[in-house]
Amino acid sequence: MADTTAPVQTAEGGKRRDFLELVTWSTVAIGTAAMVWPLVHQMNPSADVLALASTEVDLSKIPEGSAIKVMWRGKPVFVRHRTAAEIAEAAAVPLSELRHPEPDSARVKKPEWLIMVGVCTHLGCIPLGTAAGEPKGEYGGWFCPCHGSHYDSSGRIRKGPAPLNLPIPDYTFLSDTLVRIG
Amino acid sequence: MASDAEPLVLKSPTLRWIEHRLPIIGFGYQHLVAYQTPRNLNYWWNFGSLAGICLMIQIVTGIVLAMHYTPHVAHAFDSVEHIMRDVNWGWFLRYAHANGASMFFIVVYIHIFRGLYYGSYKPPRELLWMLGVVILLLMMATAFMGYVLPWGQMSFWGATVITNLFSAVPFFGEAIVTWLWGGFAVDNPTLNRFFSLHYLLPFVIVGVVFLHLVALHTHGSNNPVGIDLTKKDKIPFHPYYTIKDLFGLSVFFLFFGSFLFFAPNVLGHPDNYIPANPLVTPPHIVPEWYFLPFYAILRAITFDILFIPAKLGGVIAMFASIGVLFFLPWLDKSKVRSARFRPIYKIFFWLLVLDCFILGYVGANPPEGWLVPLGQVATFWYFAHFLIVLPLLSKLERPLPVPESLSTPVLGRGMAAAPAE
Repeated sequence: MADTTAPVQTAEGGKRRDFLELVTWSTVAIGTAAMVWPLVHQMNPSADVLALASTEVDLSKIPEGSAIKVMWRGKPVFVRHRTAAEIAEAAAVPLSELRHPEPDSARVKKPEWLIMVGVCTHLGCIPLGTAAGEPKGEYGGWFCPCHGSHYDSSGRIRKGPAPLNLPIPDYTFLSDTLVRIG
Repeated sequence: MASDAEPLVLKSPTLRWIEHRLPIIGFGYQHLVAYQTPRNLNYWWNFGSLAGICLMIQIVTGIVLAMHYTPHVAHAFDSVEHIMRDVNWGWFLRYAHANGASMFFIVVYIHIFRGLYYGSYKPPRELLWMLGVVILLLMMATAFMGYVLPWGQMSFWGATVITNLFSAVPFFGEAIVTWLWGGFAVDNPTLNRFFSLHYLLPFVIVGVVFLHLVALHTHGSNNPVGIDLTKKDKIPFHPYYTIKDLFGLSVFFLFFGSFLFFAPNVLGHPDNYIPANPLVTPPHIVPEWYFLPFYAILRAITFDILFIPAKLGGVIAMFASIGVLFFLPWLDKSKVRSARFRPIYKIFFWLLVLDCFILGYVGANPPEGWLVPLGQVATFWYFAHFLIVLPLLSKLERPLPVPESLSTPVLGRGMAAAPAE
């Protein structure tokens, strides 16, 4: 039987034992990672949750000047049918006045339809201003009652603690009156 | 041969600061590194640490499955299918948990029979053994309640049959069963409490395992020769047994994986993929394989014994089959631990193993024809082994000469004498 206890030098100076240790611990590391990954990944959204990840909205029921909230991925999405005056007002704001500079044109696909995730970028409350009669804040958009953030008619942050504009989800116009969010 | 581990030296001032106030590093070092272990342990001694790893696998996969499971009669079955189809890696986690239970029992049964063969229950390890029997009982309760959770036909009817065992209790039987059910049949309250207890009991097992280890480390492991070893016949746990246990673990994972990945349902019953139906009992109810020998004992008592009706007799026999293990250290009084030096005990040991397999076979099949008397004979033999054979062998058997230590050979046959403690 070969003597496996004597160190066998290779040309590069490595020993057989070094190689065995490397292979063993690599296998242990890969095996452990393979067993831990399912334990971590199981907490990510499951297939049935992902299957409900998009939602369709009928725009024909939203008169000009009003807005609705729809549920999308467990969060509210604001869909606002803006008036010509609101569009003009949003477009006229110089970018230098904005904390999070974005032109209004970059936030809409069709200027009359403003579609945003209605979650305040400060700490996650739902800003007021969608339903009729709710306070719209000092800039004619939305007002978050939790910590007093004001958003304008393009959903951009203008005043208060929130750092960013209300985010725009992916959406597609399937027809003039039907939009798919997500 | 014997060697000590290096004494623990903490170089880091932070670790020394912690150790001075909370000596957990030294505790871990003492019990996982320096711990003195017999140098002659064979591979049957791997199954203790394997059982601990099985318990950890069950707890980890179980906690994760509980994140997706719904303990309600209207949703339980569907939530299990949701785990299988929708949850990321859900099929892997559930199959690991379900097959993991079987693996746990395989490992623990081997661990128990190793203890029987090498006399690991004898003084001074009686409480170590009895704590092990407590762990077995807790495992059985946990496994039973876990099997109810998927709310398939076998879950429902298994729960009905097993809870009805308690209806055999004289006078209070019905009241006890109603109390267990939280109603008048196995239903949503039963499912809810089983889920709660199924989550609780593994942590109770962890507590008893800790006591098991305290008892183990008080007198150290038994060994294949069964004699008390001196320091020169012991080696530190690390690296000798850490590496040996890790090697055994990788072989075990190959075995576990072959079920998990290639035959995940072979140890289960297909009827449990039929949603529970309180109006239809499946034609043939069987428990999971690890309960089959006990199930056979339950069904073996088909006759009244004096004033004890057959139904109660079966229940008593089933519980007694585990209960008798508590008395084992006082039933087997032979001073020699290891079966290596007990030629007659060795034969009876293997007869007991065979008897348990026969009981398992009987438990798996409908109680008809020749299987009924076979089950009765096997049940009789199971109890006779512990209650008649072992006490008699203690007196009658003449053990082979036992060595004084691992390094001294046995001198001649005339030296035959069982060394006392």
